[in-house]
Amino acid sequence: MSDGNVFLIIIALLPFAGALMPGLMIRAGRTACASFTAIPTALALTMLIVLAPDVMRGEVIQYELQWLPQLGLSASFFLDGLGLLFAGMILGVGLLITLYARFYLSGEDPMGQFYTYLLLFQGAMLGIVLSDNILLLLIFWELTSLSSFLLIGYWKHLPEGRQGARMALAVTGAGGLAMIGGMLILGNIVGSYNLTDILAAGDQIKAHDWYMPALILILLGAFTKSAQFPFHFWLPHAMAAPTPVSAYLHSATMVKAGVFLMARMWPALAGTEAWFYIVASVGLITMVVGAVIALFKDDLKALLAFSTVSHLGLLTMLLGFGTDKAAIAAVFHIINHLTFKAALFMTAGIVDHETHTRDIKRLGGLSALMPITAVIGTIAALSMAGIPLFNGFISKEKMLEEAAHTVWWDNPWIIGALATLGALFSVAYSLRFIFHVFGGPVRDDYPAKPHDPPFGMWAAPALLCIPVVLIGVMPHLAEPLVNVAAGAVTGVEQNAKLKLWHGLTPALYMSIIAVIGGAILLWLHKPLDRAWIAAPRPEAKTIFDALIAAVVSLTRRMTDLLFTGEISRYLAIFVAASVALGAVAWSGGGLAAPDRAPLPVDPVVWVGWVLLVAATGAVVLMHRHRFRALVLIGIIGLMISSGFVFLSAPDLALTQISVETVTILLLLIALHFLPKETPIESGVGRRLRDGVIALVAGGGVAAVAYAFLQRNVETISDYHLANSYEGGGGTNVVNVILVDFRGYDTYGEIIVLGIAGLIIFAVMEALLNGPAGRRLRNMELSQDRSRDRHPLMMVVATRVMMPIALMVGIYIFLRGHNQPGGGFVSGLVVSIALLMQYMASGFAWTQNRQRIEYHTLIGWGVIIAGLTGAGAWLAGKPFLTSAFGYVHWPPIEEFELATAMLFDLGVFLAVLGAVMLMLYSLSRLARHAGETVNVEPMDYDPVERQDKREGEA
Amino acid sequence: MMTAALFFAFGCFGLGLLFNLWRIATGPDAADRILALDTMVINVIAMLILYGIYRSTAMYYEAAMLVAMVGFVSTVAYCRFVLRGDIIE
Repeated sequence: MSDGNVFLIIIALLPFAGALMPGLMIRAGRTACASFTAIPTALALTMLIVLAPDVMRGEVIQYELQWLPQLGLSASFFLDGLGLLFAGMILGVGLLITLYARFYLSGEDPMGQFYTYLLLFQGAMLGIVLSDNILLLLIFWELTSLSSFLLIGYWKHLPEGRQGARMALAVTGAGGLAMIGGMLILGNIVGSYNLTDILAAGDQIKAHDWYMPALILILLGAFTKSAQFPFHFWLPHAMAAPTPVSAYLHSATMVKAGVFLMARMWPALAGTEAWFYIVASVGLITMVVGAVIALFKDDLKALLAFSTVSHLGLLTMLLGFGTDKAAIAAVFHIINHLTFKAALFMTAGIVDHETHTRDIKRLGGLSALMPITAVIGTIAALSMAGIPLFNGFISKEKMLEEAAHTVWWDNPWIIGALATLGALFSVAYSLRFIFHVFGGPVRDDYPAKPHDPPFGMWAAPALLCIPVVLIGVMPHLAEPLVNVAAGAVTGVEQNAKLKLWHGLTPALYMSIIAVIGGAILLWLHKPLDRAWIAAPRPEAKTIFDALIAAVVSLTRRMTDLLFTGEISRYLAIFVAASVALGAVAWSGGGLAAPDRAPLPVDPVVWVGWVLLVAATGAVVLMHRHRFRALVLIGIIGLMISSGFVFLSAPDLALTQISVETVTILLLLIALHFLPKETPIESGVGRRLRDGVIALVAGGGVAAVAYAFLQRNVETISDYHLANSYEGGGGTNVVNVILVDFRGYDTYGEIIVLGIAGLIIFAVMEALLNGPAGRRLRNMELSQDRSRDRHPLMMVVATRVMMPIALMVGIYIFLRGHNQPGGGFVSGLVVSIALLMQYMASGFAWTQNRQRIEYHTLIGWGVIIAGLTGAGAWLAGKPFLTSAFGYVHWPPIEEFELATAMLFDLGVFLAVLGAVMLMLYSLSRLARHAGETVNVEPMDYDPVERQDKREGEA
Repeated sequence: MMTAALFFAFGCFGLGLLFNLWRIATGPDAADRILALDTMVINVIAMLILYGIYRSTAMYYEAAMLVAMVGFVSTVAYCRFVLRGDIIE
């Protein structure tokens, strides 16, 4: 363990931190933007190179940071040979792509965005290859899906770009979901989410009953990401992305994430029959299918896309073989494929950029017009074809060697034959890339006059061609990296020798067949192409679109079924379900016999009871007359409040009466704009049904209440009563519960209350500026109205009341901790006092005297309550732990100071602000309905009216 | 003696409350209902004070005062609604 370990986390986080820069630096110019993208990448690459020697010696560098240990989630990273290989690829190619994109993107493209997305993607990809925790790996995995979505859809104006991005996200995202399931199973089998532990527990995993589900789910993730058959279709559609993205994501890095995962999980999952038959078969099919389709694609990038699919299939197949040699071949081919395919994509981008077309049928003879590009493209394509002296040859040879030795369902030749067929098509499309684009006679019908691009644009692919040739000629140069990476895959140290000449092996004959066959195929391309176009074949995009449409219509039907927007139905379902649950509970029984004798009933109680029941019954009968119903509700509120007083709960009575008043005011304001009668909307049968449900539910609740009243039940109240004074420093248990025992709840509630107030304000704002506002302005409101808006008596009375009410509010607040009262009630009392001013003296008059915005009050309330709670941290206690003490002020005797009082102040302010904001917002409706606003209170002068009327006569 | 007087008073105010209820239920006018509800608030205040005397505690006086303070606000609001439609203008 060296001190360099901390580098690991820096490497993983650098791109994310750096992603902020390009978006800002674009203001300083495109080159500055590109440079600032390159800096974090280059820094990370440097650190990786510093760590590399240790890894090459076979060490594993680890860095662990606890994140959520309860979930087994730690931000731990490790770097072994495989990680080194991939991280190097991601950062190295990332640098080249940055350079290339600087010249590729046109002036109209928002370059800052592009580089930001690119760095985000780079960070996510690095995270995948460096994670030592599978949960962390999953997070990065999803991040690559998201950032690649942004990159594929970068050209937002192109519908193909948007559709391609959606398809890629849908397919890889679905795979990612499956993989989460698989990884969780794996973590459960092993008992740890650490990759190192999982890799060490391979035998335990393979013997486990849940091995198959885990394997299939994880492979689903890997196959979708790496575009394996039958999920290969998204990759060609993702080619709508700018070419640097295709080169980076869809050849070098992201699509290899699936391959990486299979390689990473190799020690844990590989080596079983299931693994062999699933992975190798899928890989083989993908390889052949991809290669065949690639030959018949006319779009340069589509050809390369299907060729990538084919090569990914090859890698998957090799990993599926499950032998050490195959793993070595796979690792080696990852390096080679990266070099030639990225170069080819960039070449295709250059051709597109210069000629403005990617259609092979419109191209040809470019070697004379763009000699440098032609040389680069030819070298890379020859390597892809697997021609000797280029690196693709050696890894393909190794692949064929392995394929020739593998037996599939007792059949010794089928894999070899199909692999040769794949290679044959691969030669054909590679040669087509060379001859149909660069070869042939020079054409003069290009949309633009082609010539070689500036150096900056061809530098990156040219640089990639160097390893293509170098490894092709001297393969032993790649030996150390291949061995250390393959060692990490297999878990056993590898000492493979890479040679150009293996002797007269079967692989050589297969290679020769492939090259000759490929050349013949290309020669026959014209008639074959006609046949291919004529032949019916399934179009992946249509199938995918139909599938998505089916899912959408299914979910829509489900939504329509469940979500009708009819509140009576929801309530009926909700209540009926509650009643059913109650019936189940009832049938279980288990209640002890009643042990409390009924108390004698006072006549006073009788009167209250009669009033309550009669008023409730009257509401049911008269609820269609809305105003009458409101008056009756007033009785109910009054009776409940006096009931609370009678039952020795003065706190609740206080709160109840205040809440009743505020509610009535709110309802009256709303009723002004609503019909005064409720129309009959449902049939008799339906009302009968609803009535039965209501009766049953009400009866049930009454029965429960009665059952509990008859018995002595131990409740939490006893605890509260016992601990209120000792623990919370207050004798008013209700208040201590609110600000101390359940302080956290109260804190959440005042936030919700504040949010509700703000939302009402915002909704009103939107409503009044929309069509509803226009309708409101034309609304006919009640005509027969008293002319005196602000009666003198009322104005005077409320002004006198105001200071008294405020005094009472403060008094109730201050004594709240020990006697009935508290922040909530006093907030309501003060807001009622303020509302009286609004009602009596008019909106404008009161509004002019309002100094502090109600929004501010809400904000301060929440802040004060939050700070009080957080203050407990300073004392080293948990959030909202209250403290109290007694001070002795000479004139006021002993006086208690509790932090709970500060918290209560927050409650007070939030309640006041929210209630006032709600009423204020609702009453603004009237302003919009065209009602005038007074400036003075008592703005009615009967004499003036009299004069006017006489004048008119 | 005191108890008898108290119970007599309870009876009167209770009866008063029931009559109020009758007025609210039958109307005929909105103004009748509002007036009846306001009277009901007053009667409840009276009941609270009587009950306080009966139980010999001061707590109910305070509750009665608070009810008196906020009880009339809704009456005002109902009246404004009937007179002007809009309670805040």
